[in-house]
Amino acid sequence: MAAELHVELVAADRSVWSGEATLVVARTTSGDIGVMPGHQPLLGVLESGPVTIRTTDGGTVVAAVHGGFLSFADNKLSLLAEIAELADEIDAQRAERALERAKSDDDDAAERRADVRLRAVAVR
Amino acid sequence: MGAQLRVYKRRIKSVTATKKITKAMEMIAASRIVKAQRQVTASTPYATELTRAVTAVATGSNTKHPLTTEVEAPVRAAVLLITSDRGLAGGYSSNAIKAAERLTERLRSEGKEVDTYIVGRKGVAYYGFRERKVTDSWTGFTDSPTYADAKKVAGPLIEAVQRDTADGGVDELHIVFTEFFSMLTQTPVENRLLPLSLADTAEEGDDDKADSAKKDEILPLFDFEPSAEDVLDALLPRYVESRIYNALLQAAASKHAATRRAMKSATDNAGDLIKSLSRLANAARQAEITQEISEIVGGSSALADATAGSEK
Repeated sequence: MAAELHVELVAADRSVWSGEATLVVARTTSGDIGVMPGHQPLLGVLESGPVTIRTTDGGTVVAAVHGGFLSFADNKLSLLAEIAELADEIDAQRAERALERAKSDDDDAAERRADVRLRAVAVR
Repeated sequence: MGAQLRVYKRRIKSVTATKKITKAMEMIAASRIVKAQRQVTASTPYATELTRAVTAVATGSNTKHPLTTEVEAPVRAAVLLITSDRGLAGGYSSNAIKAAERLTERLRSEGKEVDTYIVGRKGVAYYGFRERKVTDSWTGFTDSPTYADAKKVAGPLIEAVQRDTADGGVDELHIVFTEFFSMLTQTPVENRLLPLSLADTAEEGDDDKADSAKKDEILPLFDFEPSAEDVLDALLPRYVESRIYNALLQAAASKHAATRRAMKSATDNAGDLIKSLSRLANAARQAEITQEISEIVGGSSALADATAGSEK
């Protein structure tokens, strides 16, 4: 059996995704990090951006996380974010509209959120 | 219809209308409890994972962080009290307020100044009426709080904790809210959020046995990215936010449960009242009929006597 790790992607108000994976790539404040089964216990601060989860059945799950944490121990990886969305859930057109609106309104936070969503869609 | 009977009929009608209203409120509250409970359950994974992470950092590193280390002589404590915006919930808000008063009293007796923060119009009104100082208050979202609301509440509190005590910062952060045990039991509880005591970070609400089991669990030695201090800096505000969010959700569920119970007893009382009023109304009607019959009988016998007399 191929080595695998259990992933829990949790947002503040719901559990977004959970399952088995072979590789998880996320961006921490000090750079991209790839976590594979058997990684050393790790606790990191996440940057806003897409997280890529390669599942055991060969599929790929992409999610947009807006800040948060990553903690890995006992072959279990928890991704905690205040807001997290799967790329499949994101409406690209709506995010684009939000981005334009945020740019014209000079709303930095909204612009960042829309940007993260669009990047997650692009990775998908 | 006699005057007495008309009065009873009118009262029955008004009580019936009230009963319909309380019944509707009971139903609404019952459906909201389920929704609120679902929200509590949905927010649990995040809270548990975060708690685990905080425990890991606090035990796995020797970092001295202002939010985790206990001050030797604390001078000021913040108390966050969560009440509701609306009444009609029995003793819900006043029980929470009483718990906060007790806590405030205890902290004062330990020689600490107390800053009060309030969520919910009921608590604000209570303190406002007594002209007590409230450092900050929030209203308008107690029925269905969102994470953004929790952030709004947590912001000034975290800021106060991080500030120096000399500039009005606080050394401790306590929270008073109504914990939702079941549909029937909700009790006001007080928790100290900060500074973290490690016993507290183990699962909330567990009994002592589970607590000691938790302590025996050896947490792995974590690698911190970028560093233990930075992780703690970022982690603790989130931890406070998530605990406040959880407290708000539980308080909302408790409030709906309290409303449901209060409205149920109001409906039952209205039913009893209608029953006793209709008994009185029936008696009044019967008395009226009896009186009418005796009047008729009296009248006809008087008439008969008169005709008998004239025939002679």
